[in-house]
Amino acid sequence: MNLSLNDVKRIADLAYIEIDENQAEATLAQLSSIFNMIETMQSVDASAIEPMSHSQSVSQRLREDIVTESDQRALFQSIAPQVQEGLYLVPQVIE
Amino acid sequence: MQWEIVIGLEVHTQLSTQSKIFSGASTAYGATPNTQACEVDLALPGVLPVLNKGAVERAIKFGLSVNAKINSPSVFARKNYFYPDLPKGYQISQFELPIVQGGSICMQVNGVEKIVRLTRAHLEEDAGKSLHEDFHDMTGIDLNRAGTPLLEIVSEPDMRSSAEAVAYAKTLHTLVRWIGICDGNMQEGSFRCDANVSVRPVGTEKLGIRCEIKNLNSFRFLEKAIDFEAYRQIEILEEGGTIRQETRLYDANKDETRTMRTKEDANDYRYFPDPDLLPLEITVEWIEQVKQTLPELPQARRDRYMVEFGLSAYDVSVLTASREMADYFDASVKLLPTQAKLCANWIMGEISGRLNKENMEISNCPVKPDDLAALLIRISDGTTSGKVAKTIFESLWLGECGKNVDAIIEAKGLKQISDDCAIEKLVDDVLAANVQQVADYRNGKEKAFNSLIGQIMKAAQGKANPMQVNTILKKKLMEK
Repeated sequence: MNLSLNDVKRIADLAYIEIDENQAEATLAQLSSIFNMIETMQSVDASAIEPMSHSQSVSQRLREDIVTESDQRALFQSIAPQVQEGLYLVPQVIE
Repeated sequence: MQWEIVIGLEVHTQLSTQSKIFSGASTAYGATPNTQACEVDLALPGVLPVLNKGAVERAIKFGLSVNAKINSPSVFARKNYFYPDLPKGYQISQFELPIVQGGSICMQVNGVEKIVRLTRAHLEEDAGKSLHEDFHDMTGIDLNRAGTPLLEIVSEPDMRSSAEAVAYAKTLHTLVRWIGICDGNMQEGSFRCDANVSVRPVGTEKLGIRCEIKNLNSFRFLEKAIDFEAYRQIEILEEGGTIRQETRLYDANKDETRTMRTKEDANDYRYFPDPDLLPLEITVEWIEQVKQTLPELPQARRDRYMVEFGLSAYDVSVLTASREMADYFDASVKLLPTQAKLCANWIMGEISGRLNKENMEISNCPVKPDDLAALLIRISDGTTSGKVAKTIFESLWLGECGKNVDAIIEAKGLKQISDDCAIEKLVDDVLAANVQQVADYRNGKEKAFNSLIGQIMKAAQGKANPMQVNTILKKKLMEK
């Protein structure tokens, strides 16, 4: 797969990561070598093997549907930059 | 050109768990802001999600009720986007391998049965709420809703009109409440619809370019938004234009949809399996266990009412509008199985009317199914007439006389007069007092008959058996 410099910039943009031209080019080289490695791996016939969604073959533990958390708003909000009327304030977002 | 509207719906149902899908914080609606948002919901560093068994169970229940496949394993994925009401920077959802796959919903549209296929239903967490008012160029964030479990139910593009879309949404709404997985409260956002709408020339197969209309929180808005959107698209195409694939918002005040975001700036969500969550395994035994907890489903109940009681499709659809209503009907008809239609009429008429007036639910109805049955038994055996029964019903509603039908009849003297002698006496009295009308009737004035009936019933305070009054009056008028 051929990754372009524009792809790298778009991914960075989507991930809210600010990178300059030099960093973008360096990242392109790094990502490309990762893709090359994946390509090499894909040359192995793995069609008979079921894909894993997780590196460990164990399954999800579940919890009972019980409320276990109490209100700790004051504690959590003591580290928030700005609060008002119990709300966390953030720079305005407009839909 | 003739156009065909093609609609698919995505419905977010809030699952009725006590706690959130990945944390032990409460999901109760309407709490003071951020008092139900714990470390996991706030995405503080070092926290890990632990999946709620109750949410999974509800998803399985849904899957079984629509004859879908329950996937095992099913996998949770991160849907990445940035918005302040989503503190992790991603929403935990499902992408490949959703918990529920396929299935279908059977619904009635204007008396005709129609099947809508389901694509999938997947578990995910809800986001928080942004409040844009009153914070001096800041936005206020309430994370109480963040992490509330949702089941997103996605249909195939199988609907062809806004009426079908509404029928589907209503059928689904009834079903999720019926099986007890969602409270269905649309004002509180427990049941939210997004509609995918496109149009194509009638007779063609290829789907047109679709627009998605977001957050339709009432059946009426769903209908109006689809109608507006389809009309908008048809107008563009007829003028030779092309439809842009985009997400649109419905503005109820203006009754129109408008662009929210176009495909070009649509997010690429970069889904990938969430490494914090392991694959979810659902055993056959677990599915079997959940199956045992499923009630008789609406469709089965409808079929049974039609076969067992011979009720009309309309009656049956009203009675099965909610499980509580259907259970009420079942409980009362059990006590007088030969009078199913009478039961149905009273539940759909007197009881529903009174509940509506008082803004009450049938589960809180002060007249219980056995009270109703006791009353209807007294109509069937002739002790009281249908008209007087309404007075008795009122007493039952108010809890008078220990809610005993016979005691009410006794105490209020509401027993129907069915004794021939007593009725004859009433008739004789009225005839004697209305010589002119009797003469009128005999001279061919039919109307005089009804007037005489009216006066007899008035004299009997409405309690005389109307059939008997009719017969006896006729007999007497013939005699002389």
